[in-house]
Amino acid sequence: MHLLPEDQSPWIPNRQAGVMSLLRPLLLDVVPTIQQTAALALGRLANYNDDLAEAVVKGDILPQLVYSLAEQNRFYKKAAAFVLRAVGKHSPQLAQAIVDCGALDTLVICLEDFDPGVKEAAAWALGYIARHNAELSQAVVDAGAVPLLVLCIQEPEVALKRIAASALSDISKHSPELAQTVVDAGAIAHLAQMILNPDAKLKRQILSALSQIAKHSVDLAEMVVEAEIFPVVLTCLKDKDEYVKKNASTLIREIAKHTPELSQLIVNAGGAAAVIDCIGSCKGNIRLPGIMMLGYVAAHSENLAMAVIISKGVPQLSLCLSEEPEDHIKAAAAWALGQIGRHTPEHARAVAVTNTLPVLLSLYMSTESSEDLQVKSKKAIKSILQKCTYLPALEPFLYDAPPNILKHVVGQFSKVLPHDSKARRLFVTSGGLKKVQEIKAEPGSLLQEYINSINNCYPEEIVRYYSPGYSETLLQRVDSYQPLAN
Amino acid sequence: MREAMATLARLQARSKAVGQQYYFRNSVVDVFRKKENDAAVKIQSWFRGCRVRAYIRHLHRAAIIVQKWWRSYSSRQHYQLVVKLAYYTMKMNLYNEMAVRIQRRWRGYKIRKYCFDYFYLKEYLRAVTETNDAIRDALEEFAEMKEREEKKAALEREEKKRDYQARKMHYLLSTKQIPGIYNSPFRKDPDPWELRLQKAKPLTHQRPRVKQKHSISLTSWLACTSNRSFPRSEILPPINRKQCQGPFRDIAEVLEQRYKPLEPTLREAEPINELKEAREDLRRQEWIRNVNDNMFLPFSSYHKNEKYVPSMHSSSKYGPNSYGCQRFRDENPKKWICPKDFQTVLPSFDLFSKYGKLYSKAGQIV
Repeated sequence: MHLLPEDQSPWIPNRQAGVMSLLRPLLLDVVPTIQQTAALALGRLANYNDDLAEAVVKGDILPQLVYSLAEQNRFYKKAAAFVLRAVGKHSPQLAQAIVDCGALDTLVICLEDFDPGVKEAAAWALGYIARHNAELSQAVVDAGAVPLLVLCIQEPEVALKRIAASALSDISKHSPELAQTVVDAGAIAHLAQMILNPDAKLKRQILSALSQIAKHSVDLAEMVVEAEIFPVVLTCLKDKDEYVKKNASTLIREIAKHTPELSQLIVNAGGAAAVIDCIGSCKGNIRLPGIMMLGYVAAHSENLAMAVIISKGVPQLSLCLSEEPEDHIKAAAAWALGQIGRHTPEHARAVAVTNTLPVLLSLYMSTESSEDLQVKSKKAIKSILQKCTYLPALEPFLYDAPPNILKHVVGQFSKVLPHDSKARRLFVTSGGLKKVQEIKAEPGSLLQEYINSINNCYPEEIVRYYSPGYSETLLQRVDSYQPLAN
Repeated sequence: MREAMATLARLQARSKAVGQQYYFRNSVVDVFRKKENDAAVKIQSWFRGCRVRAYIRHLHRAAIIVQKWWRSYSSRQHYQLVVKLAYYTMKMNLYNEMAVRIQRRWRGYKIRKYCFDYFYLKEYLRAVTETNDAIRDALEEFAEMKEREEKKAALEREEKKRDYQARKMHYLLSTKQIPGIYNSPFRKDPDPWELRLQKAKPLTHQRPRVKQKHSISLTSWLACTSNRSFPRSEILPPINRKQCQGPFRDIAEVLEQRYKPLEPTLREAEPINELKEAREDLRRQEWIRNVNDNMFLPFSSYHKNEKYVPSMHSSSKYGPNSYGCQRFRDENPKKWICPKDFQTVLPSFDLFSKYGKLYSKAGQIV
């Protein structure tokens, strides 16, 4: 019976209804092959489109499927689980319909079957159901799926391991309680062992599962770390597969963001260098978790920020900032740079030396950048400028910056110049003093105070010399001068 | 009387003048009196004023003296307080200053040694750099190793492919008479494919037969594995050459159904007398294992039927010794004190004669 609808042409609703009512009695046929093929047909229909999946649900097919799932042979079980998966993947309402007809218990029974194909199909269906929201995940967990999924992970077939890992990842991503349930079933040890498996897709799912577990709370992140994933996880950062790298850096980011101690652990294990190299070797969205991880690590304390700096993170981040086309990645890079540079003048200097401040300024001023990017680059500039004492980097800001940033720049100058004579000389020769005189500030404002304190560092003649309109006053004096009669 | 009347007339004539004079003199005197009065008043008031002023002056002086003394007294008190306060403040400032010096030193020391040990930080950063370098090297090695492995695997695959090709094209090998296509006479040395063809072993025409399992199970006589019967599905020729016309089922399915192994019912699969055999087996094992063949029975019911067999130690060849079994006292009348033997009958024990009769039976009180 090869009447399977494999073509992808769009179905019109009348034909849909016709197909369902034709296929439904075939499910109850005497010959087992017909039943299996009918189930397979339904599955492929439902897989294609969510309207068709709804038609499957409305055609009252699911209870029959669930009832016969418990009794039939393994081919039928596989086909029926395929139908449930295909229906459940489209939307939470359809998945809820599957849960309501009691499919979860039978799927869990299928998870105990001997045939690995049946287990895979059942685990896949459960994973797709649990993916949508926390209530559905809770329903899957209440049906007792988690210990069986953990057993499935230990099976030798790679495909089954993949699907079971992805199902666990989908279950634990919604809330800390669900993640705790998964952890209580002893999943972490098995997941951690399989990081060394050479199959790339399996590694993707494992890393994704571990990161979904670790993201919820400090305790869960500590449990993941106690499974001794470092430094093994760092080898995944060098994998050929892009998504393995992305998921590995996501895992490290989720661990690093909780507490300074965890970040310290990661830095001590050499994670910062590995992530920086990983950022350098990929492009686009793959880099994003790595960039955010550096930001989180640097945000915790200044020692960690210094550790990121000496691991050569800042040149890499500024490269990301300038060459990435997408705004959200640029925003993340700007945020990370701000977190690195905001602690002490040393840090600000390390950031300023790589010439990122003009780039940040241009991103802030450009009208094409998204609002998020503008906000983040402004915050980064402000926080770096407030600590920056590296004057050669500050000078360009005198010329281009808008007034609200100019105030900070001039403030920094007014802090540094009174104490450093070489800097004063340089300031004059580079034309900075001239520019400062040209700034119009309201008397009594903070900017005016800064300008006054800068002017006080210099003798009056120079200040007058550089004040605007000095040439006119000189000429006026020439005009009014009476030469001495000899 | 006339004189009187004349005086009266005279007086009356003078009365007006008298009156006038009287009035005039009174008024003058009045004015004068007024003047004098005013002057006297003036003098008196002046004098009184002086007197009062002198008194007030005196009072003022007294008050000033009192106030002066009082103010000096209270200011001195105040001044002492101020001095005390100033002294106290000066002392406290000095102490504060000294304390600040100590605290400054201590805090600097503490921060530098414990909270922010600069040298420790530098050490830590150096260690982090070293770890980073080590990790970077290790990761590069790992990546290189992976690449090498992949290259090796790719090379092996290529090699296998070429080998298989050579085996298939074995007939292209050159002979003594005819040079093969890879061994053209115009070449200096033969093509590497030629060498490969020389090394390759030709493929056999038949693929190796699947080994049949020799089992003497019930199903084997149904399997029909002899050459005369249907061939098994694995060595069938490929069926994609031409499809049979008509809605035939897949040949693999047909053969599967045809050669489905026998699924006998449970009655057939297990022998009929399995239970009996199992019991026999158990009995045999127990016979080997057990020491005593008699089953354990509860003591009370078992010993009722059995006669006691005395042990050989206590029974002699003239029968069992009654001493120790039937009687426990030595019977030697010569040793008795009095000629009578002990009475062997004990008086009845009174307690249990009333057993069941003294207590209440279902509420009846005896």
